[in-house]
Amino acid sequence: MASIYDYPSQIRRDILRMVHKPQSGHPGGSMGCTEFFTALYFDVLHHNPSAFTMDGRGEDLFFLSNGHISPVLYSTLARSGYFPVSELSTFRLINTRLQGHPTTHDGLPGVRIASGSLGQGLSVAVGAAQAKKLNGDSHLVYTLHGDGELQEGQIWEAAMYAGAKKVDNLIATVDANGQQIDGSTDEVLPMGDLGAKFAAFGWDVMHLEHGNDLDAVRAALREAGTRTGHGKPVVIIMKTAMGHGVDFMAGTHKWHGVAPNDDELARALAQCPETLGDY
Amino acid sequence: MHPYTNQGSQDTRSGFGAGLLELGRSNPHVVALCADLTGSLKMDAFAKEFPERFFQTGIAEAHMMGMAAGLTIGGWIPFTGTFANFSTGRVYDQIRQSIAYSDKNVKICASHAGLTLGEDGATHQILEDIGLMKMLPGMTVVVTADYNQTKAATIALADHHGPVYLRFGRPKVANFTPADKPFIIGKADVLLEGSDVTIAATGHLVWEALEAANTLAAQGISAEVINFATIKPFDTEALLKSVHKTGRVVTAEEHQRHGGLGDLVAQTLGMHRPAPIEMVAVNDSFGESGTPAQLMDKYGLNAAAIVEAALKVRNR
Repeated sequence: MASIYDYPSQIRRDILRMVHKPQSGHPGGSMGCTEFFTALYFDVLHHNPSAFTMDGRGEDLFFLSNGHISPVLYSTLARSGYFPVSELSTFRLINTRLQGHPTTHDGLPGVRIASGSLGQGLSVAVGAAQAKKLNGDSHLVYTLHGDGELQEGQIWEAAMYAGAKKVDNLIATVDANGQQIDGSTDEVLPMGDLGAKFAAFGWDVMHLEHGNDLDAVRAALREAGTRTGHGKPVVIIMKTAMGHGVDFMAGTHKWHGVAPNDDELARALAQCPETLGDY
Repeated sequence: MHPYTNQGSQDTRSGFGAGLLELGRSNPHVVALCADLTGSLKMDAFAKEFPERFFQTGIAEAHMMGMAAGLTIGGWIPFTGTFANFSTGRVYDQIRQSIAYSDKNVKICASHAGLTLGEDGATHQILEDIGLMKMLPGMTVVVTADYNQTKAATIALADHHGPVYLRFGRPKVANFTPADKPFIIGKADVLLEGSDVTIAATGHLVWEALEAANTLAAQGISAEVINFATIKPFDTEALLKSVHKTGRVVTAEEHQRHGGLGDLVAQTLGMHRPAPIEMVAVNDSFGESGTPAQLMDKYGLNAAAIVEAALKVRNR
């Protein structure tokens, strides 16, 4: 039986190898969110990987709004049992179900909405959360967003709605790594106090300082769960380091959408032990 | 003379409202969303009778489209309502990614399409929406002609799985199709048989096409009038069958020539049976303020324009 602590290193190996083969993809944000995905899928989420349904009734739902970090989603889904881990070798290759950005179009279990064009996932999650209320389904809806993604206006349309209409079965997490394609978020477009912004929109705001500490993420998600059902949607502003886990990739926007070459891959993999077996 | 009589002019949006209310009573899975235009879309009766299944999103159309996509996850059948401009151009990427590409069972219901929105002017008079929506893979596009057909189409959408764009309008227009006629997605209706020219019309121009056929008949020209209420999937067979008889076509729509029904008919004829075609449509311009009748006259979208086009295509 694998320990939950075995997952982050293995998922990082998967991410690095997935983007290396096609020399394409987004490793930086994926590696920064590895602990979040591990905590969510292997500890917190009530879900049924062996019998995926689009409707998702009777289980928790997760929507990835910043779809470009698909490598961490795919690795986590495969290692949860949604589809064979061997399929990770097809990422971004012709005829794959593992498209560059996630899609429902090819029937990949575990994905319920396409994402990639940013800013749309929170609205979808609000709709799914309202559907759960209509169905009398007490399970929760989770989302993940990039901090740069919050520059999209639709996010704030959804945030305003969720706060005003008391969509309190929803837990959004913001990956606050402070980086986006053209540089740091402060260089590109400073967003000020994100927590205060969400609070002003009627959300219950939590701050997680160590988003790459697996136990801290687990504790935050669990606490967020206890804060649902009290008339407010919950948001976790989660600080992470883009590229966490590999020293030369960490803390810079350089690896947002760049794949390692052969030498970089070897050096990176040496820092991420093979804990659960490579695909 | 065509056999249709105006049973009393009504707005097509009221047909939508009546259809939605009936669906609310007959289909417990139907939910509705509106972005602050409940009265204009005639959704207030549904909202009043089924408050738990009605979602007022405020003036946030992009969010409304995403939320509708999310509501399908859990088995609900969402009908969104706002003006056609805000149902398409404003939210194209949301529809493309969260609804069409994601194959979500959302019914996008759009009122105040085209010039007949009237005095509000070009900002609100979208004439590009049919083209925008028919380009999206998997999207069904329906443009209804009158109150009865709009009501029937609204009801039919609930039993069709997949994204649909339903386009209707603001003004009171002739209501002439039978009240009890079920709407069949993908099937065009031959309203009037003729042998000299095919008039392929959609939306508000269908009644105008029938009126044009009367004028043409008085001049000894036999027009066949077909109501293409479904733009996509297109009823190719109905068009070709008619053109085999008539050999020429006039298209008529309240939309840009680029991207609308005319484009589609020209493409279909070019691929299957080349034939002369004239298009009654807006020719690459924006609209403006005015009464609906003034605008339809100024931009050449009425029975007189259809007659003129038919005479022209006859001589080609």
